[in-house]
Amino acid sequence: MADTKTIAPKDPAFVRAWDWLTETQIWTSIFRHTAPINDRNRVLVMLSNVFLHLHPVRLRKSGVRLRYTWCMGGLSFFLFLQLTFTGLLLMFYYRPTLEYAYTDIVSLREHVPLGIMREMHRWGAHAMVITVWLHMFRVFMTGSYKPPREFNWNVGVIMLVLTLLLSFTGYLLPWDQLAIWAITVGSNMARAAPLIGNEGPLSSLMVLGDVGLVHQADDMRFVLLGGTFVGEGALLRFYVLHCVGFPLVIGFLMAVHFWRVRKDGGISGPL
Amino acid sequence: MDAIKSFIDAFADPRLFFSLAVGSLALVVWGHEAFASKRWGWGLMAFLVALFGFGLTDENFNLIITKPDNVPIVGLIFLLLFFTWYSVRQGVLNDRRIAAGKPPIEKDEEDRVWTWPDLVYTELIAIVICTIIIIVWSIALEAPLEQPANSANTPNPSKAPWYFLGLQEMLVYFDPWLAGVVLPTLIIVGLMAIPYIDKNPKGNGYYTFKERSVEITLFLFGFVVLWSSLIVLGTFLRGPNWNFFGPFEYWDIHKLEALTNVQLSEVIWVQLFAVALPDSWFIREIFGILLVIGYIAVLPVVLAKKGLTKYYEKLGPVRYYVTVLLFLSMLSLPVKMLARWLFNLKYIVSIPELFFNI
Ligand code: HEM
Repeated sequence: MADTKTIAPKDPAFVRAWDWLTETQIWTSIFRHTAPINDRNRVLVMLSNVFLHLHPVRLRKSGVRLRYTWCMGGLSFFLFLQLTFTGLLLMFYYRPTLEYAYTDIVSLREHVPLGIMREMHRWGAHAMVITVWLHMFRVFMTGSYKPPREFNWNVGVIMLVLTLLLSFTGYLLPWDQLAIWAITVGSNMARAAPLIGNEGPLSSLMVLGDVGLVHQADDMRFVLLGGTFVGEGALLRFYVLHCVGFPLVIGFLMAVHFWRVRKDGGISGPL
Repeated sequence: MDAIKSFIDAFADPRLFFSLAVGSLALVVWGHEAFASKRWGWGLMAFLVALFGFGLTDENFNLIITKPDNVPIVGLIFLLLFFTWYSVRQGVLNDRRIAAGKPPIEKDEEDRVWTWPDLVYTELIAIVICTIIIIVWSIALEAPLEQPANSANTPNPSKAPWYFLGLQEMLVYFDPWLAGVVLPTLIIVGLMAIPYIDKNPKGNGYYTFKERSVEITLFLFGFVVLWSSLIVLGTFLRGPNWNFFGPFEYWDIHKLEALTNVQLSEVIWVQLFAVALPDSWFIREIFGILLVIGYIAVLPVVLAKKGLTKYYEKLGPVRYYVTVLLFLSMLSLPVKMLARWLFNLKYIVSIPELFFNI
């Protein structure tokens, strides 16, 4: 009798390759558990992954609905990351000096074939302003600022202001007519700050003996611009704030914001 | 066509624009039940598409809305009106459930779901769609770059970035120290105060209109009418010399607008009493000063006794006064607008000696 060998049906090659890959020491050192296809791993994936652990393991059904959140908070955060990334790339090519600022932007336009980093950064910034507004709108309309989330609403308001300031400081950097005049119009306001602006009400009362304390060259606007007009000092100041100062602060506040969303009981819902 | 355009241009002015914005909000609040229907939502969107579609056929309209930095505001108009409709609709749907003795829909969806896959996948899809939109937008529209900065050559009009144009529009009615410093500060303070002055325990964590109608109306007034509609006005309808231009009008630098503004002190001393303006600024401006003090210090007290007594009792003195003061500051803009439109009034208090004009 001829031997009949029973051959176990073999998995297709890619499945075998996948199995092999996921059992290597390298793979298992990165992912401590297998894919989140059962409840145990759905817990593990949230606990062991630093990015995912911003989330709870489970959350109320209404909270994942687009109808409820419009995803606007999440998109604001995503746009912030996108802007950080494209901004970083732009920083390689851009020098914040009167000599180079404008020409560096021109070169970005002229010499980079198919380049869209500047566009992605600019339109992303506009988009972020809009998503943050809509996020605030949604939080208001669902009454989510009510106890226990009062504090997180306030963190949000500060981030809203920072988002606008980030956008405002970035607006100056291309150093074209659009930029300096928009910033001139905006920063002229500081000149009118009560007491501390040289054309502000009551600033004439700021005297020591008979020496006036508030002048064009030491008032609020001067602090903002590092000069009496939008020039070299303003460009550097805005650059540093735009690339380092404000992103650090808003990044820090985002950590607080997300932490508090969790600590205040997760996405809001009827009590 | 041209007849329609010139008709619109002839009637368009800030007064009409602002009254329309306020009137629409009033209609939405009053008719929120009807406004919540799908027919209204899609109708609104279709109207916007038709408006911009029609506008794009016009050279001047085209010029202003396709300016690269203005494109996001076109997007904002669509998104904002859509979400206004959408959130009012969700509120009305919940109100109907509540009226029928059922809990709001969010209560029915209280069960927990797994973050993976339910939330993670939603986020992934949102991220992908957002990335696609940004990339397509970036390919289709080049970021603007004008002539190199030149501090000797002031463009006309000089505009702040679009998100500050509501504030720039306020400059028409207030001096910079109010429009650019005090009122923006109050906007921030006011936003931050919201959770502490709103004592209404209802409507926490679900959409509703009925249970929070006053709060929602005030917020829509501040956010949609004052903040956003003035941005649209400032971006699309303000041209050289900050003159108003209809949507189809050519931005003529030489357009003249008669300016015959008067100060309150002139009206009172010169026109009413028929005497010369007193020399001392304090006496000259005393009526304006009294009026302002009356508005911010006396009016809240009077309202607590009559008119807003209900709120005074509900909120207690501290919350009541903070709320009313913030509300009156918000209202100071429309009040000043009306004073300008009806009486050509420039300043209520005008003390140029101290840069102090209100
Ligand atoms: C830089 C901008 C911001 C980012 C990246 C951000 C991000 C987020 C995210 C991801 C959530 C989770 C729920 C959701 O997506 O809706 C959230 C919730 C929340 N945000 Fe923000 N946010 C920002 C600005 C704001 C602003 C301007 C406000 C209010 C003025 C605000 C107030 C809140 C509150 C109260 C919650 C809790 C909502 C709830 O539990 O339903 N946030 N935020």
